[in-house]
Amino acid sequence: MSDFFSSGWSIFIAAATLISLAACLALLLFASRRAPMAADNSTGHVFDEDLVEMNNPLPRWWVVLFVLTVLFAFGYVWAFPGLGAMAGQLGWTSRGELAADQARSAAAVGQVFAVYAAVPAEKLAGDERAMAIGQRLFIQNCSACHGSDARGSKGFPNLTDDDWLHGGSPEKIEETITLGRTGVMPPMAAAVGSHDDVREVAQYVMSLSGSAHDAIAASGGRRKFAVCAACHGADGKGNTAIGAPNLTDKVWLHGWGEAAIVDIVEHGKINVMPPQGGRLPAAQIHVLASYVWSLSHSRPTASR
Amino acid sequence: MTRASVPIVAVAAGSGSLYISEAKIQPRAVSGWFATWRWLLVGLTQALFYGLPWLQWNGRQSVLFDLAARRFYVFGMVLHPQDVIYLAGLLILSAYGLFLFTAVAGRLWCGYACPQTVYTEMFLWVEHRFEGDRQARIRLDAAPWSMNKLARRGGKQTVWLAIGLWTGFTFVAYFTPARVLAGEVAALAVGPWEAFWILFYGLATYGNAGYMREQVCKYMCPYARFQSAMFDRDTLVISYDEKRGEPRGSRPRGVDPATIGRGDCIDCTLCVQVCPTGIDIRKGLQYECIGCAACIDVCDSVMDKMQSPRGLIRYATQNGMANGWSRREMWLRIARPRVLGYAGVLAVMAVAFVASLAMRAPLAADVVRDRGALARLVEGGAVENVYRMQLMNATEETLRVRVDVEGLRGATLVGGAAVTLAPAEARWVPLAVQLPTEAAQSLGAGAHAMQFRVARLGEGTGADAVLFERREKSTFVIPR
Repeated sequence: MSDFFSSGWSIFIAAATLISLAACLALLLFASRRAPMAADNSTGHVFDEDLVEMNNPLPRWWVVLFVLTVLFAFGYVWAFPGLGAMAGQLGWTSRGELAADQARSAAAVGQVFAVYAAVPAEKLAGDERAMAIGQRLFIQNCSACHGSDARGSKGFPNLTDDDWLHGGSPEKIEETITLGRTGVMPPMAAAVGSHDDVREVAQYVMSLSGSAHDAIAASGGRRKFAVCAACHGADGKGNTAIGAPNLTDKVWLHGWGEAAIVDIVEHGKINVMPPQGGRLPAAQIHVLASYVWSLSHSRPTASR
Repeated sequence: MTRASVPIVAVAAGSGSLYISEAKIQPRAVSGWFATWRWLLVGLTQALFYGLPWLQWNGRQSVLFDLAARRFYVFGMVLHPQDVIYLAGLLILSAYGLFLFTAVAGRLWCGYACPQTVYTEMFLWVEHRFEGDRQARIRLDAAPWSMNKLARRGGKQTVWLAIGLWTGFTFVAYFTPARVLAGEVAALAVGPWEAFWILFYGLATYGNAGYMREQVCKYMCPYARFQSAMFDRDTLVISYDEKRGEPRGSRPRGVDPATIGRGDCIDCTLCVQVCPTGIDIRKGLQYECIGCAACIDVCDSVMDKMQSPRGLIRYATQNGMANGWSRREMWLRIARPRVLGYAGVLAVMAVAFVASLAMRAPLAADVVRDRGALARLVEGGAVENVYRMQLMNATEETLRVRVDVEGLRGATLVGGAAVTLAPAEARWVPLAVQLPTEAAQSLGAGAHAMQFRVARLGEGTGADAVLFERREKSTFVIPR
């Protein structure tokens, strides 16, 4: 027990518990032997001039029950941790009980998921029950960032479109959920050049997706884009192997417009998807990944 | 009005101990008008209790509390944990019902319908069959062990245990379907908690009805003590007519007691022998009296034999007894503020309870805003808010539900929301509400009130008809 500075408190609690229990027994013994009654069966106490306290005896079974509860208490503190820091003979701990509960529930839940473990995601996506389970898993574990409808928000990818930073195959999604991802965009201001150069690159990036842009600036940025091409590719279509986003679609994870792009190029960005492998069993991740995959393929019947 | 003084009677005077071993009470069997009523109520309550788990409804058990699935089936109703208010309402109704008839006629509940009384009555009946009536049982208690005693005791114990275990089984059958549970018991494959509750409830019934009996009423029951708070001097209680009965003493049959200077009471002590709590009603109203009226039944039969009028012991009010009122005069006092107050509250509660159940929505909905992101901007500058709605089907039919957004000009539900709910299903449905740029700009930044309309749609030809709708308030956030 690290809650206390010394073992004194533990001893105090143990002593207080045992003395209290013993005192209960002593009181019962004392009261059953004592015969303090006056001849009229009153206790001899008179209150407010004429209010007499009569002896109205308790039934014996009540006393027996009382004694049994005290004996039970002795047995209890012997078996369970009740006397200060003593662990009790059964070695019970609340942590151990939690672990046992979790193991039991994991075994019960495991049976449900074991059925789906060998089923490929493409097939699971058509299984209404599996998708209902997947949706609940998603709401409990993923919706805080990606939103209840999985369509994300600024900084948190939309999972229902066909744009995938790290690949959209069921296997890749499972890998992303299990191991997590860290997307790194290094600050590129020094490599690109001056602030105006960065603005020109931004205009060029906007032109890639056919968004409204300044054509003159964009043509200037075209040459400077060479430093970006290492990751995003010469055509700006990105590279899912290293998580480099496709710049030619109209998906803007960290904000749209020149200012947002300039900010990213100058200051970089690190975006983290935390690994779930330690939190969720692989069988659950498989169902979850199938659900996520289904969001951008066949629409799940569960929510639409 | 003079206040009657209650003579103080010491219990077990002279023992001096603070504890005593309570004497065993062997009540004599009784028959009569009130005993018949009690047996009717025993039959009614037990037919309900033992019978309901076997009654099927909509292809399932009529009354079933499915704790694991958190669904509570009561005939045609499916209750969710969110409906716990009805349990509170039921308890309030029960409490005011108890208050009302206790104020009118004392401990009617204790005397006729309380499980402690009902099971004790059943166990006493079994005891009577095996061991005979009061005198025979007292003799048997005193007799040394013999084959005869062993057989009688053994038979009684067997039947008692069987009733107790059947009661425990029935109790658990309200939580695990009776037919399933019966199979489990037959296969000796009962779950640990089911086994615990069958044995615990069964043995508690056996112990309370077989052995504890009046001790439960005297020392354990909280109602026993607080019911006296509902009594007043106009409450009908079981009363001994002291003016008529005293001085008590025996007399030959057919002799007018007045001519020999005696009252109507022949001091046969049958009223004491039949009393399940072992009191002498002739000493006046006592806290042990559970109002079973056994003494009335037996005294009436004695008065019939003695050719005296019935009612030496009868339901009467303290005022009525003191002033010599007729039964009609006593009943006229029923319209007093206490009774009217209880009746009024009970009536209001009952109407509210029934109306609320009748108007209970077939469909419950709760909306929760996504907390991770207040709002998001999507392509074209439109603003989106994401919500999660829990839809609960409170019926046993499949429900077709449509969700719309209202109260926010231009707002639409992305993808629409048509949901099909299986019977008794509860499900989370994600909803995204989109507001076009212009509408968002004209409203300005901040949280704006809006609501979701949840409509239950008709089936088949009336597929677009709205059978039921409800609205859930929420807010829509437009970022700066």
